[in-house]
Amino acid sequence: MKRLSVLLLLVAAAGACAPAAPREVTIEIHYSHYSMSQVDVPAGVPVTFTIRNDDPIDHEWMVGDLAMHERHRLGTEVVHASRPDEVTIPAMSTRTTTLTFPVPMTVEYMCHLPGHEQYGMVGMLVAK
Amino acid sequence: MHRPFVFALALMLAMLAFAAPAFACGGLIGPNGAVNLLRTTTFVGYHDGVEHYVTAFQFAGGGGKFGSLTPLPGVPSSVERGGAWTLQRLVRETQPIKAVSPLALGAARSTDAVEVLLTTKIDALDITVLKGGGAAVGEWATAHGFRLPADAPEILDFYANRSPIFLAAAFDGDAAAARGQRVGDGTPVHITIPTANPWVPLRILALGKQGNDPVQADVYLLTDRKPALLPLARGDNGLTLAYDRTASVSLLNDLRSDAGMGWVPTNGWLSQLRIDTTAATLSYDLAVDAQGHSPSRVAAGLETPGAGDPTPFALTMLAAAMAALILVAIREQKRITVPA
Repeated sequence: MKRLSVLLLLVAAAGACAPAAPREVTIEIHYSHYSMSQVDVPAGVPVTFTIRNDDPIDHEWMVGDLAMHERHRLGTEVVHASRPDEVTIPAMSTRTTTLTFPVPMTVEYMCHLPGHEQYGMVGMLVAK
Repeated sequence: MHRPFVFALALMLAMLAFAAPAFACGGLIGPNGAVNLLRTTTFVGYHDGVEHYVTAFQFAGGGGKFGSLTPLPGVPSSVERGGAWTLQRLVRETQPIKAVSPLALGAARSTDAVEVLLTTKIDALDITVLKGGGAAVGEWATAHGFRLPADAPEILDFYANRSPIFLAAAFDGDAAAARGQRVGDGTPVHITIPTANPWVPLRILALGKQGNDPVQADVYLLTDRKPALLPLARGDNGLTLAYDRTASVSLLNDLRSDAGMGWVPTNGWLSQLRIDTTAATLSYDLAVDAQGHSPSRVAAGLETPGAGDPTPFALTMLAAAMAALILVAIREQKRITVPA
């Protein structure tokens, strides 16, 4: 019994010490690059993303699987405003969106404006 | 121990002072954000403290508008139509084997608001000279229909930190077609810029290009005497000095007789720089010291402003310190040689 109590305490302490994945994430865009190449978030809970574009040109923050990105590479949609996982951030402005990843997954986020993905506007989002 | 140290320090400071880059720099035009794989030709003449930049904006066909954004070393005193054949005459001078027949020759990261310094129209070109930080100029360009590529924010800041003057040229394809301009026709533009030394921004030529895209350009430089250039034209860095000699009297006479070229002196030195490299490796500009001494490493893009290029104040303080140390050194020397 004593041993079990100690074990539970240790587990609880470990849980308290482990860094919790943030539910609010701020990503900055500068010189056509995201400030973070990887973002870790909790699965199953809403996460609010604030994306700040410091550049004098428009950018995008598009999150999804490979098929979604392939669709947008060939797409003609100029502005994305109505979907929380497809965000256009006009020059020198900030946009906020909230997403829930129901299960653990790894997806990519990127900007699909011409030449921006090739220039390095790609990051990885890990929900766990 | 003390005296050798003073001598060494004086010598070191003297070397630093003489090796110090010239402070001011001049400027040149670059292409627009659209990918342009063609070789470009530019003429930069420098005489009596004034840079004359002549380039041609080529009509590529089609309708609509497209633009070019160019960093300049200072505020131009005039932007006007360039001479009709200056660039062609320079090509002929430096490529005599391929010369055509004489008959053919007839032919601050700053978010400051941008300030419009000058507007003018030359044929189908709407030209605006702007002053502002990279972000402000980028916002202005975007608001005026320029589609800036992904590398534009960094490159605009790179130039704005050296000189916050840019020339935006919007080419109206419909107006060009209405004027009867054909694909390949160029509109020569002559920009006059008072500045302490000429300067040619080359990195801007890579704007909007992929890393392996070729960048090819010819820069003709006419100065009163043989200039000092930075970076050195080594060839392996994509920069070659293809022509480097006293300008011929016939060339100078021909240039002087073209429109707006009356400033061309009776003697001069002609340099032809060839740029043959890729966008990924073109990370420099061409800094020139027209007196043949030390071009600025900052102007060449080899150092960031404030990092290694002394300001005039710093140079003055350096010179004063050097003079004081030399005086001390001389006094020390006299104390040694004169017996007590």
